[in-house]
Amino acid sequence: MSHPGVTTESRLVRMLLIGTAGLIVGLLLLMPLLAVFIEALRKGWEVFLASLHDEAALSAVKLTLTAAAVSVPLNTLFGVGAAWAVTKFRFKGRALLISLIDLPFAVSPVIAGLVFVLLFSPHGWFGRWLEEYDLKVIFALPGIIIATMFVTFPFVARELIPLMAAQGSDQEEAAVTLGARGWQIFLRVTLPNIKWGLLYGVLLCNARAMGEFGAVSVVSGHIRGETNTLPLHVEVLYNEYQFSAAFACATLLALLALVTLGIKSAIEHFTGHRHHGRH
Amino acid sequence: MNRPPFTIGLRAALSASAVLAVALLAPASCRRHDQRLTLLNVSYDPTREFYADVNKAFSAEWQERHGQPLAIKQSHGGSGKQARAVCDGLEADVVTLALAGDIDAIARAGLLSADWAAKLPQNSAPYTSTIVFVVRTGNPKGIKDWGDLAGRGVQVITPNPKTSGGARWNYLAAWAWAEKQFGGDQAKIREYIARVLGNVPVLDAGARAATTTFAQREIGDVFLSWENEAYLIAKEFPGKTEMVYPSLSILAEPSVAVVETNAKKHGTAAVAQAYLEFLYTDAAQQLAAKHFYRPRRATVASTLPAIDLVTVDRDFGGWATAQRVHFDDGGTFDQLYGTKQ
Repeated sequence: MSHPGVTTESRLVRMLLIGTAGLIVGLLLLMPLLAVFIEALRKGWEVFLASLHDEAALSAVKLTLTAAAVSVPLNTLFGVGAAWAVTKFRFKGRALLISLIDLPFAVSPVIAGLVFVLLFSPHGWFGRWLEEYDLKVIFALPGIIIATMFVTFPFVARELIPLMAAQGSDQEEAAVTLGARGWQIFLRVTLPNIKWGLLYGVLLCNARAMGEFGAVSVVSGHIRGETNTLPLHVEVLYNEYQFSAAFACATLLALLALVTLGIKSAIEHFTGHRHHGRH
Repeated sequence: MNRPPFTIGLRAALSASAVLAVALLAPASCRRHDQRLTLLNVSYDPTREFYADVNKAFSAEWQERHGQPLAIKQSHGGSGKQARAVCDGLEADVVTLALAGDIDAIARAGLLSADWAAKLPQNSAPYTSTIVFVVRTGNPKGIKDWGDLAGRGVQVITPNPKTSGGARWNYLAAWAWAEKQFGGDQAKIREYIARVLGNVPVLDAGARAATTTFAQREIGDVFLSWENEAYLIAKEFPGKTEMVYPSLSILAEPSVAVVETNAKKHGTAAVAQAYLEFLYTDAAQQLAAKHFYRPRRATVASTLPAIDLVTVDRDFGGWATAQRVHFDDGGTFDQLYGTKQ
């Protein structure tokens, strides 16, 4: 790929730059990752497996998976819908919609969590109404799902918007002239074009959904074995001086990240697809 | 044309997940009560290990007496933060917090009656504790008493009194010492407190986070700690720290109460009351002693040394007054924190 004359920097400068980048990656990314696994196995496999088999840990895993299983599909639907609307049509409020999609990136997760407490607590805006119907939102599963959805809302849309904008609507227009209807166009023309970007967005969304701490921490109530997600459970264990157990659970999150990365690379490798989306 | 199988697969997946979402959300939000009898105890930070033992003992006893399985769930955090969560809808059946003032806050939110403290013996505080110093091994800064905390170059670790119960006891204990030391000279007391606060590099939200800051991250020279937490540090980090008992400290009375509104709603009023009464039995008092709380029952032996203790009721006019004067917005803490660096 490198063509002589493309870069004017000398070999030494290039080596230095690459070396620095490698060092930073090693220090900031690889070392912590390695440390998680080493710390988790410090007391041996038995402690490691026992801490994953613990009732509270299992409940945390279940809760995390449930929250992701609900929020990721819904955010995928919203994300595809939003990206479709924003890139294929021109309408009033389009710019506003694009900014709103980015809102969760801009707002601190803690603030997001507190807003939901404000809305759904007994003294909050909807508190009385929820009380009447005996519904529980914050400090329970629905609140955790809502907080997760808020935080992971932009991932799919942000992945798709640049992709769909770059592709334009020529193919869709061609489909229209050939007599295709809206839903048909989406499934047969748009979706095949964006599927890899979509998959990538879903993976990112999922990784964040399972790893979210701040917003979920505010609405969780930290009930052991009930409303602690995996990241919250890690914190609880750490605070109880159960360092090996804390890191054992952290390895689950780290493994999830690695698997996500692996799937993403595999997709790119086997399809020869190169990903162009950016945030 | 692109592969239709993918399209169909994705469509199926999307609709399936939408159905899944509805299926998961609907029962989760409607079903409030488990069939099994459960009790939620919302507590403060350093009680984790103590209540793990108490819950085991009490649920065994309950099962034996009533033939009914009982699950007790725990939530821990800074005492003030936990009280706030209960006011915001965390449906605790009982609260076991660091100080009466936090339970008063829940009473003000209308979840339990204002005279809650009179409903159990000894002001509804079944065990007590106090505040001690934890220093690095060999006490390199020579910290012996409260006066040494104001010294130049001494880093003091204490959590934030706005969110942590322990921190409020720390603050009042320091104040009580200064009151005695300076013969009630308000200007000198305030100067001293401001200097101590100026020596605090970081205010954590809860006692456990502050413990981690001091013991795990090794920040600071002296840690103002719950007595029981100090013993726990000695156990978890052997050989790294020592305990120092100051000349005077405060009688910390962590209080307990049934959150009446929630217990009534859950149908747990009887078991919640029995749970708190259990804390006064010999069995639970022994567990308190085992976890380095000071038991209330004279019959239960404690290895903790007797020291000079002031009390909130006698020396600060009770928690309502202490809270208003020192910790509410605009109180002495707000006035003095950040004035000296």
